[in-house]
Amino acid sequence: MPKRIFLSFIFALATVGLFGLAFAKDAVPLADDPVTEQRLIVISEEMRCLVCQNESLAGSRSDLANDLRREIRILIKEGKTDEQIRSFMVERYGDFVLYRPPVKPITWLLWIGPFVILLAGIIGLMIYLRRRNQSVPSTTLSEEDNRRIDALLKDTKSSSTENTHD
Amino acid sequence: MKAKFLIPLLLFAILVGFLAVGLNRDPHEVPSPLIGKQAPAFELSQLADPKKTFSPESMKGKPWILNVWASWCVACREEHPVLVELGKLQVAPIIGLDYKDKREDAMAMLARQGNPYLLSAFDANGRVGIDYGVYGVPETYVIDKAGVIRFKHIGPITMELLNQKIIPLLGELQ
Repeated sequence: MPKRIFLSFIFALATVGLFGLAFAKDAVPLADDPVTEQRLIVISEEMRCLVCQNESLAGSRSDLANDLRREIRILIKEGKTDEQIRSFMVERYGDFVLYRPPVKPITWLLWIGPFVILLAGIIGLMIYLRRRNQSVPSTTLSEEDNRRIDALLKDTKSSSTENTHD
Repeated sequence: MKAKFLIPLLLFAILVGFLAVGLNRDPHEVPSPLIGKQAPAFELSQLADPKKTFSPESMKGKPWILNVWASWCVACREEHPVLVELGKLQVAPIIGLDYKDKREDAMAMLARQGNPYLLSAFDANGRVGIDYGVYGVPETYVIDKAGVIRFKHIGPITMELLNQKIIPLLGELQ
């Protein structure tokens, strides 16, 4: 009996070991020096992965993202500036790869659109409020009204105290 | 002032308009900045014969089609019969770019499904693919006599696309 338990234990260990191997194979080699890696992260976090468009180039595990990170590492090692690396990417994939596309006529709507809508909303609200103010005539209360208010207030006060006694 | 009740209706119509446009657009089709630009130069070994090389320079003087494919790509298998059809029409030479593939797998696929390519360049590590802005295989480029990219399609080409866009464009470029 103990032998069987021992064997299954060994088997379990081997299975875990195999899984470990499988994952180890997936790990992507980092550049040798941390400085390059740091710059790579800063640059690629500002870029969109084209395969899985909701992920950044830094975070994506797609094959293309791996290849592009490899290319960016090479460019960093060649001593290219961040600007040169960005234009390397834009020349191939367009402004779409940049999370912050440059401000130019085609992206004006993208950049100022939200502010235009906000401004339109504020103006609309102001016009509406001003009109409503004008349409509600201010009235002064008569003696009779005041007496009725007092009576009503007294009534609610006494009824609320009664309620608390219940 | 009676038209006031129409305002929400109008806003709703505008919203529906935006959503309809959004739904009918494929966000994976990113307009390529390479259109109207010179096709990037490269020199790669040929798939069938590693000793021979191919460079786009050698295609100058006639319009041609560059088709990025791979044996591991399911959509390419789907597209392949359309390319075979196009090859039969002989409107323009089709050059393949075998992207991140294994030679024997690629050769096996061509043997199985037919070979519409004049030849295929073998891009083992995908470096040339990056220069062409490839991000979803298959991709198809139409390149003119002067070596300028005139058209790019991402995803499998269909008979409709061939008849409505690619063949008329090649006719213009002749």
